[in-house]
Amino acid sequence: MDDALRELYQEVILDHSRHPRHYGPLAGASHKAEGYNPLCGDRVTIYLKLDADGRVADIGFEGKGCAISQASASMMVEMLKGRTAAEAGRLMQGFLHLVKGEAVGDLAEDDLERLEVMGGISAFPMRVKCATLAWHTYKNAAEEGQTAEGAA
Amino acid sequence: MNAPANIKPFDADAARAQFDILSRTVYGKPLVYLDSGASAQKPRIVLDTMRDFADSEYANVHRGVHFLSAAATDRYEAARRSVQKFLNARDENEIVFTKGGTEAINLVAYSFLMPVIQPGDEIVLSVMEHHSNIVPWHFLRERCGAVLRWADVRDDGSLDVAALDALIGPKTRLVAITHMSNVLGTITPLKDIVARAHAKGVPVLADGCQGAVHEIVDVQALDIDFYAVTGHKLYGPTGIGALYARKARLKAMRPFNGGGEMIREVTMDRITYADPPARFEAGTPPIIESVGLAAALDWLSGFDRAAIAAHEHDLLDHARAQVGRFNWLRVIGDAPGKGAILSFEAEGMHAHDLATILDREGVAVRAGHHCAQVLMERFGVASTSRASFALYNTRADVDALIAGLEKARGILT
Repeated sequence: MDDALRELYQEVILDHSRHPRHYGPLAGASHKAEGYNPLCGDRVTIYLKLDADGRVADIGFEGKGCAISQASASMMVEMLKGRTAAEAGRLMQGFLHLVKGEAVGDLAEDDLERLEVMGGISAFPMRVKCATLAWHTYKNAAEEGQTAEGAA
Repeated sequence: MNAPANIKPFDADAARAQFDILSRTVYGKPLVYLDSGASAQKPRIVLDTMRDFADSEYANVHRGVHFLSAAATDRYEAARRSVQKFLNARDENEIVFTKGGTEAINLVAYSFLMPVIQPGDEIVLSVMEHHSNIVPWHFLRERCGAVLRWADVRDDGSLDVAALDALIGPKTRLVAITHMSNVLGTITPLKDIVARAHAKGVPVLADGCQGAVHEIVDVQALDIDFYAVTGHKLYGPTGIGALYARKARLKAMRPFNGGGEMIREVTMDRITYADPPARFEAGTPPIIESVGLAAALDWLSGFDRAAIAAHEHDLLDHARAQVGRFNWLRVIGDAPGKGAILSFEAEGMHAHDLATILDREGVAVRAGHHCAQVLMERFGVASTSRASFALYNTRADVDALIAGLEKARGILT
């Protein structure tokens, strides 16, 4: 198999797509957003429980789509749990740079390592949108997705 | 269409040699192009003809009195006659050039139906339409209160004509139906549909974007009112298509785009229109593309089209037989007599992951909803993978697809 494919469909990505973490609706979510990629039909819903200061106290997702979109969502929710809004924003910026093959910037080594699992996508520009769908949906949820429960 | 057994075999290798792009490699692998349903490659003669025309006879049409304008106008009108001949229209003036199949259908929506449609009037279409034959009718629903009535397909993808017939009632203003589904490959019995609709006084539009490529179209024999085609799927250039419209229908149609070339006289408070088809061709048309389209149609018509159809059916049968061995693969669309399109869903492999892996093997397929979301819903899938065959494909292309599928299965599951 060629190296680019091997890196893209490495075992950890396939594992996340087959066994997504934090999967399913989150009871009492304060924020929620749905993401849809009309080109592929990929769908992701992100559920958040944000603290008063915006920290991600809990997070979950549901979705349907290609291995890349679902693995990316699963890996993202794993990483974002417990992060402050500022930390989550830095991770997202790092990820968006990474998938375009650009310098990721200043991140903790452990974070960098975990993000870089998805780095192989940069060799597949037609698929970058699959990888970024969950992250953009997270941002929409955090910024504009307050639920009735979250507002209460 | 099933070709008779006695026809001479089609020489796909010789035809293939006329397409330079088919000898290139991608990622170091020979290109296996199975996406002609999205857009076909162009034979050398089409590209050469366009270049030669631009180099020797090009100017704007229907305007100048100078030598080149006359020469270009001759070629443009000759191209119209090529389309007329290809569709066997009665009169060349029944052919309106458009920028593609989408614009041809939109022209019918805006110019033929919109001026007369009343709230509650109905348009009958099928669930297997491409968005280009859905969205213009949604416009009439949104803006004019039209009601869309949907004819279902059977589980094998064939059209239930009696069910469609039952939808055609006193309020039906148009039946809009594909000639060949871009996802299922289903060929619809247009002649029967037209007869049933006409018996109730209802005109019929066929989306021929796929059908005209694989079937021999005779609009007179079909007795159809409108037939839309696009150039780029017919081995011609992008940016050009055509609408066949029966003369009486064209005369009743209101102009859509306004501009140069479609008028007779313009004053400060009055306007009169040119006769069809010029009435519907405002502005400078795709002139070089028209010449390219004519070259493509003339080239295609130079083959025994029944032999091409037999060749394409052989590819489909070959593919069908091989994927039939895979119990993890579900073919979507198995209607009798279907055209050379194979759509499928593979267990544990999303269409986009599959297409990415096939791509790295040099195999180009389409993955997604194919601009047919209504049909995706009908079959309960979000997307499918689609291999679409053209006259230049060979059994070796099919074998590369099959090998790629097995490889993808190894990676993804």
